[in-house]
Amino acid sequence: MTDLLRLEGLKKYFPILNAWKRRTGWLRALDDVSLTVERGEILGVVGESGCGKSTLGKTVMGIHPPTGGRIIFEGNDITDLKPHESRELRRDLQYTYQDPGASLDPRWKIGRSLDEPLVIHTDLNRAARKERVREILAAVGLPEGHLDLYPHEISGGQQRRVGLARILTLQPSLVVLDEPTSGLDVSVQATILNLFLDLQKQFDLTYVFISHDLSVVRMICDRVAVMYLGKVVELGETEAVFSSPRHPYTRSLLSAIPMIGERRITEDFWLEGEPPDPGNLPSGCRFRTRCPLAEAQCAEVSPPLVDHGSGHADACLLSERAG
Amino acid sequence: MGDELLKVTDLQVGFSTEGGLARVLDHVNFSIDTGEIVGLVGESGCGKTTLARSILGVLPKNSARIGSGEIRFQGRNLLAEDEATLATEVRGRQITFVPQDPFSSFNPVFTIGAQIEELMKWKSPAIEAGARVGRYSRTRRKEDRERVMELLRTVQLPDPAAILAKYPHEVSGGQRQRLMIAMALLPEPRLIIADEPTTALDVTIQAQILKLLRRLATDLGVSVLFTTHDLGTAYEICDRITVMYAGQEVESAPSDEFFAAPAHPYTVRLLQSLPSRDRGITGIPGSIPGLIAPPPGCRFHPRCDLATAECSATRPGITEVGANHLVRCYHPETTTEAAP
Repeated sequence: MTDLLRLEGLKKYFPILNAWKRRTGWLRALDDVSLTVERGEILGVVGESGCGKSTLGKTVMGIHPPTGGRIIFEGNDITDLKPHESRELRRDLQYTYQDPGASLDPRWKIGRSLDEPLVIHTDLNRAARKERVREILAAVGLPEGHLDLYPHEISGGQQRRVGLARILTLQPSLVVLDEPTSGLDVSVQATILNLFLDLQKQFDLTYVFISHDLSVVRMICDRVAVMYLGKVVELGETEAVFSSPRHPYTRSLLSAIPMIGERRITEDFWLEGEPPDPGNLPSGCRFRTRCPLAEAQCAEVSPPLVDHGSGHADACLLSERAG
Repeated sequence: MGDELLKVTDLQVGFSTEGGLARVLDHVNFSIDTGEIVGLVGESGCGKTTLARSILGVLPKNSARIGSGEIRFQGRNLLAEDEATLATEVRGRQITFVPQDPFSSFNPVFTIGAQIEELMKWKSPAIEAGARVGRYSRTRRKEDRERVMELLRTVQLPDPAAILAKYPHEVSGGQRQRLMIAMALLPEPRLIIADEPTTALDVTIQAQILKLLRRLATDLGVSVLFTTHDLGTAYEICDRITVMYAGQEVESAPSDEFFAAPAHPYTVRLLQSLPSRDRGITGIPGSIPGLIAPPPGCRFHPRCDLATAECSATRPGITEVGANHLVRCYHPETTTEAAP
């Protein structure tokens, strides 16, 4: 398979300002993130809130200009594109927001919202645009009558379908899905996930699937990247990461998922404390303050992401011994 | 099981809306024993929050219409009591509440300490029954302060004295939820209503909070009504689980039996919707009915594979399919399907 997207040492720092707008420090939302997304795969990005997973998606999209590093999409460096150049690119690289209800204009009917991307990006005439909108609407499983409804008249699951339809009208190659199932009930979530998989086959899509829900990620992703405070701490095939996690953080994250019919986490969950303030990170490994295995060397060296063969990489100095 | 602490019988609650009366609770039966953690599970809009709020007596006065039924708490019917008695004796004293979003439940302009002190002024267990509260005497203030510090240590908050001096935005989400649990426990209640207390939290923090809630409830002998849409969290801490669908309770069973042998078709489908590797992804076709003109009889019948004519005529009564395992369905699934 070929690389569709490659990130090389991507950094995004946000300034922390005091009351007088003087910078008092940097919030390192993304710190030296390198990974690749292959054509046709679903890459899951998981982590707790504040770990930088949404910033990753938004930086790739160009919503946030990166502080350092390079983004290579389809072989071209897209890190510092001028606005008119990036407009071309937007057709191939699309992003869905966490809350589709908020990203649809409440005063526009669904039909108009779906038509707009085509007006901006294509030279199609009105009839051809209408035809395209209809095709897409059928593909995401919405009745045609919905074109004349306003966003508040449809349910959350349907709003998500509209959000997805809006992106697919342009036939992108890479879609960044930011928390696509948060706020949905399980029975609706299941139908939406099936839709993602169907559309992926139908339109030949590649997804970056950003989520905090590990059980969903396990279901649909080919590979998964686990993030903690701006760093990728583990990266590998989904099955490998879930069945034999190497990084202590991944292990604690997995042990925190409630699993029906198995040992209850309320009986043996061991991770204590909360993530440190991202504006004031500990030295060395960022997980060491909560890590049960931490040693003196963890405070000195920030462990790099090392591949131990078979594409399963982790960033822990002690992973060899622990694994 | 212990004695019955709370019993809701045939409760009917509606909300008047522009489109007519929305029948949010349709003859709901529900009970909690002393010291039991009961999960109230259902999808959004199924009425679980409305049920929790009617027990607490905080339904919006202008629009809520309580049709029939009674809520018996320690033998007294809460719906028949007058507002003043409820406010001084029950709400915040005997029954307390842990909200879904701990941030919006704190006042941002007062310190956490000031807000906890205000709570203790009115709701402290040191207040004798029937006494008029108005002055907060120095001796009681001192006693309460010790009680607060002790409980903050029990909920594993680091450095309680420093936290009391902070403002709500200065503490993290997990700590705010710990504070909320502490505040719910301070009046030494008999029942805590926890309305989706971990939905806004990350999984690792959720695991810590669930562990804490479970331990405290067992140690202090408090009953917990735990509403959630997540069957996984319900599995973690509940002794018994009640499932609601579109304003009707459909099944109630002890936790182990609930997951091993669900009887109601809706419960079975709901469990199958959970992501799992060996089964793939299955949803429930159709969508939740509107509550203004809900389907007659069992409200699940339009989406149910097993539905027959009688399902749409009258609502099935309660049948007991196992020990303490109640189901309201004409066609309960008796074949024990393998649970996930």
